[in-house]
Amino acid sequence: MSIWSPEYETMPEEQLRELQLKRLRWVAHWVYERLSFYRKKFDEVKLRPEDITSLEDLKNLPFISKDELRKNYPFGMFAVPLDNVVRIHSSSGTTGKPVVVGYTRGDLNTWSEVVARIASAAGVKKGDICQIAFGYGLFTGGFGLHYGLERIGATVIPVSAGQTERQINIMMDFGSTVLVCTPSYALHLAEVAEGMGVKKGDLRLRVGLFGAEPWSENMRREIEERLGIFATDNYGLTEVIGPGIAGECQERNGLHINEDHFLVEVINPDTGEAVEMGESGELVFTSLTREAFPVIRFRTRDLSRLIPGSCPCGRTFVRMERVKGRTDDMIIVRGVNIFPSQVESALLEIEGVEPHFQIVVDKKGHLDELEVRVEVEEAFFPDAMRKLVEFQKKVEDKLMASLGVRTKVTLVEPRTIGRTAGKAKRVIDKRMY
Amino acid sequence: MFVKQVSVFLENKEGRLYEVCHVLGDAGINIRALCIAETADYGVVRMIVSDPEKAISVLRNSGFTVSETDVLAVVVPDKPGGLAQVLRILKDAMINVEYLYCFIEPGTDRAIDIMRVENTEAAINVLKDGNVEILTPAEVYGI
Amino acid sequence: MYWQPEIETLPRTEIKNIQKDRLAKILEYCYQKIPFYREKFDEEGVKPSDFEHLEDITKFPFTVKDDLRKAYPYKMFAVPLKEIVRVHASSGTTGQITVVGYTKNDIEVWSELMARTLVACGVTEDDVVQNAYGYGLFTGGLGFHYGAERVGATVIPISGGNTKRQVQIMKDFGTTILTCTPSYSLYVAEVAEEEGVDLKKLNLKAGIFGAEPWSENMRSEIEERLNLDARDIYGLSEVIGPGVSVECEAKDGLHIFEDHFFVEIIDPETGEQKPYGERGELVITTLTKEGIPVVRYRTRDLTVLNPEPCSCGRHFVRMAKVTGRADDMLIIRGVNVFPSQIEEILMQIEGVEPHYQILVYREDHLDVLEVQVEVNEKIFSDEVKRLLEIESKIKQEIQSALGVSSKVKLVEPKTIARSEGKAKRVIDQRVI
Repeated sequence: MSIWSPEYETMPEEQLRELQLKRLRWVAHWVYERLSFYRKKFDEVKLRPEDITSLEDLKNLPFISKDELRKNYPFGMFAVPLDNVVRIHSSSGTTGKPVVVGYTRGDLNTWSEVVARIASAAGVKKGDICQIAFGYGLFTGGFGLHYGLERIGATVIPVSAGQTERQINIMMDFGSTVLVCTPSYALHLAEVAEGMGVKKGDLRLRVGLFGAEPWSENMRREIEERLGIFATDNYGLTEVIGPGIAGECQERNGLHINEDHFLVEVINPDTGEAVEMGESGELVFTSLTREAFPVIRFRTRDLSRLIPGSCPCGRTFVRMERVKGRTDDMIIVRGVNIFPSQVESALLEIEGVEPHFQIVVDKKGHLDELEVRVEVEEAFFPDAMRKLVEFQKKVEDKLMASLGVRTKVTLVEPRTIGRTAGKAKRVIDKRMY
Repeated sequence: MFVKQVSVFLENKEGRLYEVCHVLGDAGINIRALCIAETADYGVVRMIVSDPEKAISVLRNSGFTVSETDVLAVVVPDKPGGLAQVLRILKDAMINVEYLYCFIEPGTDRAIDIMRVENTEAAINVLKDGNVEILTPAEVYGI
Repeated sequence: MYWQPEIETLPRTEIKNIQKDRLAKILEYCYQKIPFYREKFDEEGVKPSDFEHLEDITKFPFTVKDDLRKAYPYKMFAVPLKEIVRVHASSGTTGQITVVGYTKNDIEVWSELMARTLVACGVTEDDVVQNAYGYGLFTGGLGFHYGAERVGATVIPISGGNTKRQVQIMKDFGTTILTCTPSYSLYVAEVAEEEGVDLKKLNLKAGIFGAEPWSENMRSEIEERLNLDARDIYGLSEVIGPGVSVECEAKDGLHIFEDHFFVEIIDPETGEQKPYGERGELVITTLTKEGIPVVRYRTRDLTVLNPEPCSCGRHFVRMAKVTGRADDMLIIRGVNVFPSQIEEILMQIEGVEPHYQILVYREDHLDVLEVQVEVNEKIFSDEVKRLLEIESKIKQEIQSALGVSSKVKLVEPKTIARSEGKAKRVIDQRVI
């Protein structure tokens, strides 16, 4: 399978480390000169950008967390003036405010490049017809893949998310060869297609580019079996760039990290110490080339490990194992990241809602379903259905506005949500992968 | 043992319920019990009447959408805990009650509960085993 | 302000020369590459070489939406699929969808035209553009997106919906340009008021509104409530998407980018070409499209052309705001919906009888598509949850096929008025 940028992707290790160091020095200067946030961090440990003479020196700097990024809402972490920013995306925040990320023209170019690489590694080429069923919008999933596949010169069908029967009709009629979505949505598509009487042979699907949520080898087998597709995993997060940080090659034994643009570390989430090569821990990324929104030692909260040794595909970029879990209470629902604290702050703004709620995540078929059970003050419990329905809708709209994902709100009587030791169990996740 | 319940589709707006009762009244049909399940826009009126067949025919002739459902009419002692006793039998047999409404038989100390359950046959058996009296259609229509 | 001043200010004689050259080429291109045109031209006994002067265009046959539908999915493509880098499509049930394909060069041209559009509305690279058109197969979202990116403005690709969030972002990100349907902008104003956000104090500078008809009254209201310069744009996916024409600062008609589109006005009944100044149906021939060129495409939109020079310096002909249609198509929140599509969906749902009515009205400035369905005994149940299931099924099917949300209302039989035995299917209560 062709390698999109062999000069980088197969670069000998020594040369790659040299390039990383050169770029690390660049980004250190870039943030030090432009963002007081980083200057303070450097000054606190008495490190000056020019003192960085090896990749190890990075370890002297403190980590940054999602909360720190969020506190600088909206543009406080932009390292360039707004007129040099050509795109804005955002990710959900732990409470209320999201993390807003900006891209310069150069950043968009880098983004398209790294996505073109992972798509090529998965087997996509010019002539492929790519159905993008990720949502477009502030979420980075849709646009990341869109620009990367456009870079390859493939045909892009920007269907966006939802409207499953229509997706299947398009898949059949347009002869889509590449499917881009979350793995669970791929299974849902398979199920609905079977229900519509569509046979595997009616589809021309060849390659699946799946991401934005955790999945298992079992799910991979099931997707491949039912859709007749070669299913690959890719990884990314908005704070660092979006999709395109890492992706699987034909070997599918780990995801190659685009190391010329992203420097990876794996740490013990409790101590912050680096773990041994091959040990599990939390992924930490430093962006080496981002102009508008650089991050230094960003803690992803994602648990994974790096795979030692070389890959038969010829790429020299290190591989990470697919993400196994989180070190915080974030849940991923249909590819959207949600924090229970977000739900809480949204509910607190509605009159009549008690501060007791429960989030139930389950699968309906293969699709995630998010239910929020809310206790309602007795005084607010309407006796007419019409009013009850209105109230429920109000809560649903509020949650939609703050989470960006549809929830099913169930109104329950006061004191019916189980409390354990005075504190309610906030999240019940019934999903199995 | 099944009692015929007459259900009518009604939009949730003024005068519609009156129209149903008026049509039945003109035809000399007595309403024994009535309940409404409402949504924001419409409701389903459920009734036990003195002559279901005739009721259905006059309502249809007046342009209403009507359906007929088998329900149970169960006698419940008109005293605290009376209904609970009956429901306990169904609960123990894992039979779900879809809906229920009741009325008190004039001049007696018993209440009659109209029930729609998931599995009517099974419900009849367990209720009978539990010595609960179930009324025949003739008994109900003639009250 | 111009994006490509050398082209946008060309004198009419030169515009006409360019059009003549390009028309000759595109007629030949269509004849050579697309069997549909070859057959059609042959049938009419006309050859591309019969075109010598602009007036000769009337010798060539029209293309209608149905022709594009029948070509589903790729039969109208003039190039091999490998050369197509993007596919868009209209909404519709299978077989009713029109599919359009773009080559790399088409995307390039489209981006340029949208850049012209945005710059004509005052957009520069310093602006922050909140693009609230829907992204996806609909051309609105991505059309604006690529244009704004071309200009070098900051693009917030927020897409449609989630209005509270739109208001929040408008305030927090300092949005200067809002792009959406005109009616949605009024809804945004409404929600902003509820949220206690004073739009007049924000940075909004211009709004670029399209995808549905609107009036001068609406313009005044929008400009007053959002404190911005409200401009109209026009386009359709069969031709390119947004980017066919735009209002300049004079706000006296929309300049058509005539170096890429040749326009005519015809009598929708007879098909006869009408002179400038007379109202009729707009017909467009694309001059540079490679993926799907169209010859004399009947838009069904009613308008008037004005060739007089404009104070802005552009000599491109101006079209009046579109205020009507030559068919029964409805535009619901910017989405094109044909009543026949809704009928088809209802017929496919078991038990639903053909007694229905489509009601269109505005609630808080937003279009509401209400489908009233008479409840018959086949779908009636004494259990409310079954009725709710039917409602939600109809809603889902409409959403899935047409991409528009609807309100489904079950009504009692015979509540829908029947005139001479046949029900009046569509009641459009909107006052534009």
